[in-house]
Amino acid sequence: MSASVRDPAALPRLGWTLVALVLLWPLLRLTDFRPAALFDDGNLNAMGHFVGGFLPMETSPDFLALLGKATIETLAMATAGVAVAFVLAVPLGLAMTRSLSVSRLGPGRGGWIGQLLRALVRAVLAVLRGVPELVWALLFVRVFGLGAAAGVLALGITYGGMLGKVYGEILESTDDQPTRALLEAGSGRLAAFCYGLLPNAGQELVSYTVYRWECAVRASVVMGFVGAGGLGQLMDQSMKMLNGGEAATILATFLALVVAADAISELLRRRLA
Amino acid sequence: MNLSLEGVGLVHANGHQALRWIDLHVEAGERVALIGASGAGKTTLLRVLAAALRPSGGRLRMEGGDPWAASPAVLRQLRARIGLVHQAPPIPPRQRVVTAVLAGRLGQWPLWKSLASLVLPADAEGARRELARLDLADKLFERCDRLSGGQLQRVALARVLYQQPDLLLADEPVSAMDPALSELTVALLNEEASRRRVTLVASLHAVDLALRHFPRVVGVKDSGVLFDLPASQVTEGQLRELYAAEGGLPIAGAPASAIVDLSPLRCS
Amino acid sequence: MKPGVTFGGLAAIVLVLAAVAGSFAYLDMPLGALFTGAAVGEAVAFVQRFFPPDLSADFLAKVGGAALETLAISLVSTLLAAVAGALLAMPAAGRQGRAVRRVARFVLNLLRSVPELVWATLMVLAAGLGPFAGTLALALHTTGVLGRLFAEALENAPPTPAEALAGSGTPAVAAFLYGTLPLVAPQWLAYSLYRWEMNIRMAAILGFVGAGGLGGLLYYSLSLFHEAEASTVILAMLAMAIAVDGASAWLRRKA
Repeated sequence: MSASVRDPAALPRLGWTLVALVLLWPLLRLTDFRPAALFDDGNLNAMGHFVGGFLPMETSPDFLALLGKATIETLAMATAGVAVAFVLAVPLGLAMTRSLSVSRLGPGRGGWIGQLLRALVRAVLAVLRGVPELVWALLFVRVFGLGAAAGVLALGITYGGMLGKVYGEILESTDDQPTRALLEAGSGRLAAFCYGLLPNAGQELVSYTVYRWECAVRASVVMGFVGAGGLGQLMDQSMKMLNGGEAATILATFLALVVAADAISELLRRRLA
Repeated sequence: MNLSLEGVGLVHANGHQALRWIDLHVEAGERVALIGASGAGKTTLLRVLAAALRPSGGRLRMEGGDPWAASPAVLRQLRARIGLVHQAPPIPPRQRVVTAVLAGRLGQWPLWKSLASLVLPADAEGARRELARLDLADKLFERCDRLSGGQLQRVALARVLYQQPDLLLADEPVSAMDPALSELTVALLNEEASRRRVTLVASLHAVDLALRHFPRVVGVKDSGVLFDLPASQVTEGQLRELYAAEGGLPIAGAPASAIVDLSPLRCS
Repeated sequence: MKPGVTFGGLAAIVLVLAAVAGSFAYLDMPLGALFTGAAVGEAVAFVQRFFPPDLSADFLAKVGGAALETLAISLVSTLLAAVAGALLAMPAAGRQGRAVRRVARFVLNLLRSVPELVWATLMVLAAGLGPFAGTLALALHTTGVLGRLFAEALENAPPTPAEALAGSGTPAVAAFLYGTLPLVAPQWLAYSLYRWEMNIRMAAILGFVGAGGLGGLLYYSLSLFHEAEASTVILAMLAMAIAVDGASAWLRRKA
């Protein structure tokens, strides 16, 4: 009788718990996990000093003017970056979409060239988005010098890869009957896209692009840490000089910016959808 | 556990009067069926008896005391002795049957035991025993979302049986079962109640089940009690009045929503 | 498509186009200068210095160690964040009253709004240079993100199972574990895995501000103009990103 009530999940559960525990130890070692470091005298002092300086927040007109400029630069960087990404992503995304393939229709050699092309595009997109935007920015700063240009290009490349991939996925998952009909009737790829796919997928495409812009604002905020302009550059300077008052004002601006980007993106998505 | 309601009324937050002036006395070990059209107030009445809804008027006494006057700790202890079978089994779909049944005793277990039982069932044998009474022992380690509606209803019943409450309340416990199974299940509830000398109050949609298995039948209509009689004294006229709004008598086997048309009976 | 474009939609499109044009104008991008002969030559020379990547065993071992550290940072921080997020999600879902809910939401928003890299600079001050600072930074930001998602899942979960258990005298903690947690657990797990995926990418760059992982190595090699080494590190980041992408796509297909 007792054999029949032995829990079949007991052994696997025990096993997985053991595996997790055995793995956790080296993980904690690798991350140098020492909560005590937080309460180390030196660190506590440095942090206490810095945070203690948060109040009063820095509100001198000079600094606020600087801050305003950096904020606008951050927003402009995000917007321009997503625009570059969009220009990059649209052709790549379309090239990746199987339902827009003309060769898939006909009898004949199965369109291996098309397949090769799609695989190639897929690989390019993977490389573009596989390298984080901040790494691209770090590299571009060395080519184009300090400033927002590096940030815009970096955002454009990484987000171009992301947008391209997601555009392709959205288009693939859209009902391809109308497109097929158009292609079979002999229309070109672009026309098939505009009249066959866009009506069904448009809303999702717009919504994702706007969402990416929201992410781009967050990303632009930190571009300055590698010298690519915007608010991050100010933050980096204030942090290096341990100027708590300035840091507090900049942090507050971050918060406002992120909240505003959330709201704008929500509004845009509702309007454009 | 004995119960007494004196002039109990209940108005929901939205202003709907769900119960009005209910007088009901149930002795320990009594078995009572609640019948009546849907929306008459049976579920609300059961929830008041379960000390889950606080009446907005009148007096509720359980074992001589007012549960709502007691301290939270005492109320919790009281509730641990009350088992309510809900109309829709309140069981998370991904939970395993064994866990769902053992949850019946969470009110009696110390917290550490409840925690440990999530990882390793504390009393799988006990859960299997209750399931076996409902012919469901083979589903012990099955996930609840793999069961049919009737099977899930029986799991919910097994949970309350496992709880071993002193007051057993059931809200249409067989609504998702076929007639044969309904018969067996209602019989099992009654057998359990008589064997353990437990008070049983169950609402049933099927009038014939109520009349066959319960010594005492309470007809609920328009938020009040229409009749409260031994099963043998319930007349057809009373039943017709009880279900007047629905146009027919529901009997076991008819889906809960479909009402058997009595017009042929009327003609004869 | 919808018959006709609404006025609001049209206005939004015009606004977006104006914003894009305005952004480029404001930034004064030297796009023309980028394509002069001298600039192109310089760029080509710069790119050439990255090839071939440094594949010496010595350096590869270093990169491997840093990659492992990156992975560890992402995993431990996501675990910490999942635990902290779950704890904060309960008050944020309104289980302890409205006032508490507002406070919890505010804390979550604060954690979420500060970017990982900013948290990292703060944590480097608080815990010293190294992977521990990176772990804390990622954990703080991710707590904000997961806490909010967890709270939303909690608010959308049907309350009846837990209420039924409470109705039979079950203490609140046990009622939550038996009645609510099984309802939200699959969602919570999916959110955590998704965040882990993002944190692997993020952990790779936290090193720019001294918080451990591959980023530190990259920053260091570039500062010393060791482009061949930098190129190896970038390849490692790329390999990791592609592996994570593939793994998550595979998992999603299986689920």
